[in-house]
Amino acid sequence: MELIEAIILSVLAASTPLLLAATGELVTERSGVLNLGVEGMMIVGAACGFGGAWLTGSIIVGALCGMVAGTLMSLLFAGMALGLAVNQVATGLSLTIFGIGLSGLIGAGFVGERITPAPHLYIPFITNIPLIGRILFGEDGFVYLSLALIAAVWWFLYRTRAGLIMRACGDNHVSAHALGYPVLRIRMYAVMFGGACAGLAGAYLPLAYTPFFIPGMTAGRGWIALALTVFASWRPGRLVIGAYLFGAVTILQLHAQGAGIGIPSQFMSSLPYLATVIVLVLLSRARTGGSTAPAALGTVFVPDR
Amino acid sequence: MRDTTSAGQHTSATPLLQTVALTKRYGTFLANDKIDLDIWPRQIHALLGENGAGKSTLVKTIYGLVQPSEGELRWEGRNMVLSGPSQARARGIGMVFQHFSLFDNLTVAENVALGLDGKESFKEISARLERVSHSYGLPLDPKREVWQLSVGERQRIEIVRALMQDPKFLILDEPTAVLTPQEADQLFVVLERLKSEGRAILYISHKLEEVKKLCDTATILRNGKKVATCNPKAETAASLARMMVGTEIKEVKPATTRQITVPRLAIIDLNLEPDDPHGVHLKGISLELRGGEILGIAGVAGNGQDELFAALSGERLAKDPGTVVIEGIAAGHLSISRRRKLGAAFVPEERLGHGTAPRMRLSENALLTGHVAGNMVLHGFVNTAATLNAVDRTTETFDVRKAKRDPEAASLSGGNLQKFIVGREILRNPAVLVVNQPTWGVDAGAAAVIRQALLDLAAGGAAVLVTSQDIDELIEISDRIAVMFHGRLSEPLPTAEASREKLGLLMGGSSLEATEQAHAAGT
Repeated sequence: MELIEAIILSVLAASTPLLLAATGELVTERSGVLNLGVEGMMIVGAACGFGGAWLTGSIIVGALCGMVAGTLMSLLFAGMALGLAVNQVATGLSLTIFGIGLSGLIGAGFVGERITPAPHLYIPFITNIPLIGRILFGEDGFVYLSLALIAAVWWFLYRTRAGLIMRACGDNHVSAHALGYPVLRIRMYAVMFGGACAGLAGAYLPLAYTPFFIPGMTAGRGWIALALTVFASWRPGRLVIGAYLFGAVTILQLHAQGAGIGIPSQFMSSLPYLATVIVLVLLSRARTGGSTAPAALGTVFVPDR
Repeated sequence: MRDTTSAGQHTSATPLLQTVALTKRYGTFLANDKIDLDIWPRQIHALLGENGAGKSTLVKTIYGLVQPSEGELRWEGRNMVLSGPSQARARGIGMVFQHFSLFDNLTVAENVALGLDGKESFKEISARLERVSHSYGLPLDPKREVWQLSVGERQRIEIVRALMQDPKFLILDEPTAVLTPQEADQLFVVLERLKSEGRAILYISHKLEEVKKLCDTATILRNGKKVATCNPKAETAASLARMMVGTEIKEVKPATTRQITVPRLAIIDLNLEPDDPHGVHLKGISLELRGGEILGIAGVAGNGQDELFAALSGERLAKDPGTVVIEGIAAGHLSISRRRKLGAAFVPEERLGHGTAPRMRLSENALLTGHVAGNMVLHGFVNTAATLNAVDRTTETFDVRKAKRDPEAASLSGGNLQKFIVGREILRNPAVLVVNQPTWGVDAGAAAVIRQALLDLAAGGAAVLVTSQDIDELIEISDRIAVMFHGRLSEPLPTAEASREKLGLLMGGSSLEATEQAHAAGT
């Protein structure tokens, strides 16, 4: 019982940064922009988030610092990829490389410092219910926030006019422009949202996951978030499934390795990727036609005036 | 038809829309040069001109997509400045785009909602969409996604979307370019009704007979300037064309004697599944084409023409080599280059990206299809002199106009690039030429040059297979015409027996027998 509870708790903690970052990237890509700089925005978010929390002692200030840092990074991307119509793949990749270097510089002063991690929810009696109490009502705020956020994104995309316009920009920017929508401005907002989410996802790591900062602590999570977005075929519901599945298999294979199952550890480490890819591919097979990807994804748009 | 309003008398004192000395400059290039245009209610006003004459720029300015450099727009007599299309829509200006402004992965209702600016809820929009589409006889299912719909249905969405704004003035940019004759006739009924409701319509088209039938007034643009405003019903198609081009268009002359010789291209029971979800399944296509013959394939776009082209050119290989026979040799399994070596040549529909590599020079593009034969490649090295020579010969023979000797393909105008591509293949002296949409979006002068070249090639003994959506073009140059519908090819008709009506029915999916019967009943 204790072990199952511990496993589920660590699954949720491991999945949350993936879900946050992938939520942001999903919105960005739905508007037609491919930002490969998620890893870079996350790691800068982690450094700035930890710095903010360490200097002020407030987790909330730390989280906000992470979001602002991620947004600023994404604005750098937007300036290049949207404003100057530079190739999005090249810009995104350089943003990641830049972010890794920048985070080392920002975080140099904090390495080795510790903070008090983000508090977990505690409701008397309810949180004490065996098994489900701590899982449902005893998480840190980021976990609830990430789920609320993806629900809000779903509602925005499929139930609001603004969401419809954003999806239209991702499907065909020439048509959207012809109907009079400001494609580049809409895309810039989507990119900024993606940056804020990536920054928050990065900040989650030193604020809640491990209460200290080390360079490179995102360890490729930004890339996984990118892959999740694709394999979830740009749908919020599938994104949640994918993120939690990935987190779950990651934790389970660690426990399996710890229990000394006679399977090579390298194979076990690859399991999360395999499982996620297989499940999401099976899910996306259901659609018979049309394109699953936003049709204008990654293409440069220059309006003629 | 009632036609009491002549160009001089109008029910209202001021025009609905006026452009006054409207000018649009792109750098030093004058896209529109001091254009004066009056649009009156209850009028269908045609806007004519060759490609690049400035029609699109003018309507984009009226719709608020492009800001004029000089001059002004007047709406109901008062000056109007538009910062964007939503302001144009708010005044009652609607537009149906040539290349539809639709979103493939969204539903019909979502597409319509994107073109409306009101505060209606999605439910209200869906309900009103059904009402409007029903009352104009333009049925639409709001829940379908656009990629599932035919071209005609897509255009219906555009029109219904524009009508839902209850426009006083509707702009249609080449609406019939992609329709069957019957679909076009249905559209004309809708347009006549809109006119009788007191709306004004600006109608852009290349089809002059259509303009003569439908429009009350015509304004003709050439090189960005207005050259005339006239009553198209009082003009002939030839006189309208003359005003558009500025000179007489050379008449296309078939060679007097053309010898039909040996079979050069045969398709035998070709079946091919599409490789992408939007593709068309080719079913049991058979065809024999002899030297000296031109065979036309008519049909609405998206009925398998592209798939057939890919199967003939070798972009897609058939399972059974015997299904495509070039010069008596089974070629269904051969690569594109091997087929070229057998004497075949191919001109695809898309000029940029398929017919040529846009960012490469013409000489390099000549090499791309010419490398299999001739002296363009020597010991693995490119013979630059030979590729340039090919460019020069094509330029000279087919009157390709360009700024320098060897520019990038993308820098040529559509008509000139098409002349280059067709010329490049014809100068290789092919035994079989397969050409898809030879004059699509090409101005009248260039189109005449290309059609003449195809006729001359056939006169020289080659077999020519022409796929086109322009029925008049096929009737003009082909000996026989077959129709493609849903991946099947009809039995070819001799051109003398292929009336527009008959072809139109076949394009809409009627069987040949049914068409014969309808024809017999009609006469």
